[in-house]
Amino acid sequence: MSTRSILEVNHINKRFGGLEILKDISFQVQPGERIGIIGPNGAGKTTFFNLLTGDLTPSQGTITYQGKDVTDEPNYQRTRRGIVRTFQKNNLLDNLTVLDNLLLVLQRKHGLKNTWFRVRNEKNYEALYEEAEELLETWGLYPVSNKIVKNLSYGEQRQIEIMLGIATDPEILLLDEPTAGMSQTETDEIVRLLDDLPKDLTIMIVEHDLDVIFGLAERILVLHEGYIMNDDTPETIRHDARVNDIYMGKKGVS
Amino acid sequence: MTYLKFGIAVLLFGAAPFFLASFHISLLTEILILAIFALSLNILVGYTGLVSLGHAAFFGAGAYAAGLIGQHVSAEIITTLLGGVLVSFMLALVVGIFCMKVNGFYFLMLTLAFSQMIYSFIYQSTTWTGGSNGLTGIPTPSLLGLELSNIVWVFYVTAILFLLLYAGISIFVKSPFGRVLVGIKENETRLKSMGYNTKIYRYVAFVISGTLGGLSGVLFTYFNGFIAPTNVYWTMSGTVLIMVLIGGAGTMIGPVLGAALIVILETVIATYTDMWMLLLGVIFIFFVIFLPEGIYGVWQRSTRKWLKGKIPQPELKKVDREKVS
Repeated sequence: MSTRSILEVNHINKRFGGLEILKDISFQVQPGERIGIIGPNGAGKTTFFNLLTGDLTPSQGTITYQGKDVTDEPNYQRTRRGIVRTFQKNNLLDNLTVLDNLLLVLQRKHGLKNTWFRVRNEKNYEALYEEAEELLETWGLYPVSNKIVKNLSYGEQRQIEIMLGIATDPEILLLDEPTAGMSQTETDEIVRLLDDLPKDLTIMIVEHDLDVIFGLAERILVLHEGYIMNDDTPETIRHDARVNDIYMGKKGVS
Repeated sequence: MTYLKFGIAVLLFGAAPFFLASFHISLLTEILILAIFALSLNILVGYTGLVSLGHAAFFGAGAYAAGLIGQHVSAEIITTLLGGVLVSFMLALVVGIFCMKVNGFYFLMLTLAFSQMIYSFIYQSTTWTGGSNGLTGIPTPSLLGLELSNIVWVFYVTAILFLLLYAGISIFVKSPFGRVLVGIKENETRLKSMGYNTKIYRYVAFVISGTLGGLSGVLFTYFNGFIAPTNVYWTMSGTVLIMVLIGGAGTMIGPVLGAALIVILETVIATYTDMWMLLLGVIFIFFVIFLPEGIYGVWQRSTRKWLKGKIPQPELKKVDREKVS
């Protein structure tokens, strides 16, 4: 089993000074799995993501991606390998247009990032622009593609955030609260788009909206005080008494 | 449209010596040299978002190298130009290794520290550089054996290089590589998670910027025939930074306008009073408080308001409109 897993986390520990955020976390991800990560605030979910993407390095333990030890690799290197993240807070190039944001992602994939003396326009880079237009259409952002990002609504910026992640060609996509702060309609739209993603794409998703998690994930990790408390199917998690106590309040979910 | 503008600029520069007195040609030459200097700094400040307070180091390195090569090797422009640019390129390669490791305030302080090191080195190497007296006795530059004794020739050399660099940098900042630099200025964290090794990009920007700064220094030796250590001092770095900011950082024409404004004001005001630096300070404060986007930014804003509705917004056209809506 373990030889086939795409991502392996072995006994990971993360300390900030004396504070131990993550304690001895180990688990494996199989290709194509959709994993939800839940847990109360401060359980270490975002820190955990930061370790996987290389934004932070673990204090102890190793991370293996496709059989390669990537524990000490910087984040841009991991992105190139296919570990791609989106951010909990919109983290975009606010003063550029939507199109420019997207083209920056795509031009690296198209091997154009080191082109110096060729003005970037539709004529010179047709394939690049075609892919950009396709993505913008899919994500319903085509009408605003020439607008400056900071002038768009929060929901639209959220969509751009996720679109950029997907445009990076991930093999494993880490979504950090993709629907945070969105309206119900916007959330439904995001869920539909995430559902439409190719089935062989591995997804890990941190989310507070439990409907989203239970709708998308086929396996759920419950983080609690830096431990993995549960690692099971949504059905089991839904009815687990401990999870209900800690995370969802005594009432539980129906 | 771009070609047309470029053609007009070529014609104007070509015709200028026939219409302007040699005093004005000299003024124009100085503006163009400092404009190249400001353009080179703008690659760092305006496009990559790295504020340097040590750009005079490269100006000085290029100037002194060209002067010394002129004295000891050959006054041929090709030799001094290549030599001066090579020296500033190497200096940028070395200094860049340290400076690309830091950001923001630390970058500013580190560039300042390096430039002051270069300054004291030049100031104290009296046998070579003349120390506080400056480098004197630089021979008149020559091109293919022809002495460029007239200011008009220096002007033409400067104008040609200026036009080439302006066009080159314009293309460069709009290229995919240039967009990465703008991305770094906007949000370096995001660029990293897009898969860009941003340090390398910052390093390359630093080296390009320093090398071109050296080029303007070389031109300055042709123009001035004399180099003083104050040309390497940090006030020089400050002045060029002010040119970029007053003109409009992150735009192509901005630094050129900034250089023109400062040089013209200095020339005009210096005939009345010695307190030029005081006035420069006042002008700078005025811009920072009231017009932080610079001359070109103000111009853009007012014309955009004025033209609103008259100019169609650029749009993507290829996708079938039916499918979208």
